[in-house]
Amino acid sequence: MNKHLIKFVLNGEPREILVEPNELLMNVVRERESLTGTKYGCGIGECGACAVHVDGQPLLSCIVLAADVDGREVVTVEGIGSYGQLDPVQEAFLDEGGVQCGYCTPGMVVMSRALLNENPNPTELEVRHYMRGSLCRCTGYSGIVRAVLSAAEKESSGKAVPVAS
Amino acid sequence: MTTEVLKVTRSGDEGVLPATNTRVLVTEFEYSRPASVEEACSELAEHGDDARLIAGGTDLIVQMKMERLSPARLISLASVSELRGITADDGLTIGATTSVRSVARSAPVLERYTALAEACESFSTVPVMVMATIGGNIRNASPASDSAPALLAFDAVVDLVSKSGERAVALSDLFTGPGKSVIRADELVRSVRLPRCGAETGSAFVKVARVMADISKVAAAVRVVRDGDRITEARIALGSVAPTPLLAMEAAGSLRDKQVDAALLDEAGRIAASESAPITDVRSTDEYRRRIVATIVRDALESAWLRAGGKEIS
Repeated sequence: MNKHLIKFVLNGEPREILVEPNELLMNVVRERESLTGTKYGCGIGECGACAVHVDGQPLLSCIVLAADVDGREVVTVEGIGSYGQLDPVQEAFLDEGGVQCGYCTPGMVVMSRALLNENPNPTELEVRHYMRGSLCRCTGYSGIVRAVLSAAEKESSGKAVPVAS
Repeated sequence: MTTEVLKVTRSGDEGVLPATNTRVLVTEFEYSRPASVEEACSELAEHGDDARLIAGGTDLIVQMKMERLSPARLISLASVSELRGITADDGLTIGATTSVRSVARSAPVLERYTALAEACESFSTVPVMVMATIGGNIRNASPASDSAPALLAFDAVVDLVSKSGERAVALSDLFTGPGKSVIRADELVRSVRLPRCGAETGSAFVKVARVMADISKVAAAVRVVRDGDRITEARIALGSVAPTPLLAMEAAGSLRDKQVDAALLDEAGRIAASESAPITDVRSTDEYRRRIVATIVRDALESAWLRAGGKEIS
């Protein structure tokens, strides 16, 4: 296999790395960049644990070829908020008990942020519809939905501001 | 690859769960990313049978992870921007790598091609809709495709291009079996075209699945053209009830130039059910599917009729 040089932006930082054709974005993020917030769940695009933003849209990094993100902008959960300055979505997950075992949480946060960027005032149904691809095996969906709605309310009333990466 | 591969096989799981650790993609292949349709066609002409085009990858990468497919080369369409986008003219032209989500949210699709918007909106999950492309969905030729019945209901035509030329194939002539179509290995899907749809047209898509993110047990897309209290033209397309997405020609014909009432729509549903040829598989039984066809075709026809400006059906 011939390696390919890719240039992309990861959480606001330019990156230039050589990747194998069969390396996945999830492998690059977790193993090369040591950003282990992005989780490996099912590996076949069915659970949402590996979701990241690529050019502002939520993608499943376990089924994206790393070579395909050449020239694009990737934001992982580490790029949403930071230690000491959480994103309103992350604050809301803490406040509303949107976290149980925590494994699905990074994917949930990534999806929530994408939803609120696109639709700042979603209804409960819109939240459930948008997040339907993110599975929580603790089945803690009520807290998660409450968290997204609470973050939306705080952001749209100006009580909280999204933390850009 | 530096990552160690762990083989996990459990008896009885074959064909259901992947035999391989899906944390990595074990298959080895060459990768290229042409910048134009012309370059992509040259690469296809050279590597054709050994290569696969990759757009969204939502099906291909999963198949490769499960080691059901191992192409020697992937030709990525990520940089071929001319394949992306929707052009509304007299009809509608959708570029092959336009995402399913873009189609679902496109204003002209929502306004005039409602069944297609509904089919794309019913698709799996949001990230999959963002990644999956309309051309990939066509080329994949799944009998359970959500977009195919909707496109069939609108008499879609698929534009194919290769190094040796271009051709247009009616979608109704494209599919030949599960995962099979008349598209040659050296051909690329450039776009799918839908003819004009006027205000007198109404359409609807109805899908039955276990939960929304699931593959359909049965899907139906219908389109009717109204003149007063009559349907002058109709299409009824079905998914997941035959080896290919299917047009129920006899059921559609039964509606033509008849006054619309509940009995007419019921009968069209029954005829559509008799035209379907479902199987029993993990998602459903043949009997259930056949019964559901009758119901959802009837319901879809009623929605389409109302959207075409028809009177309420008592």
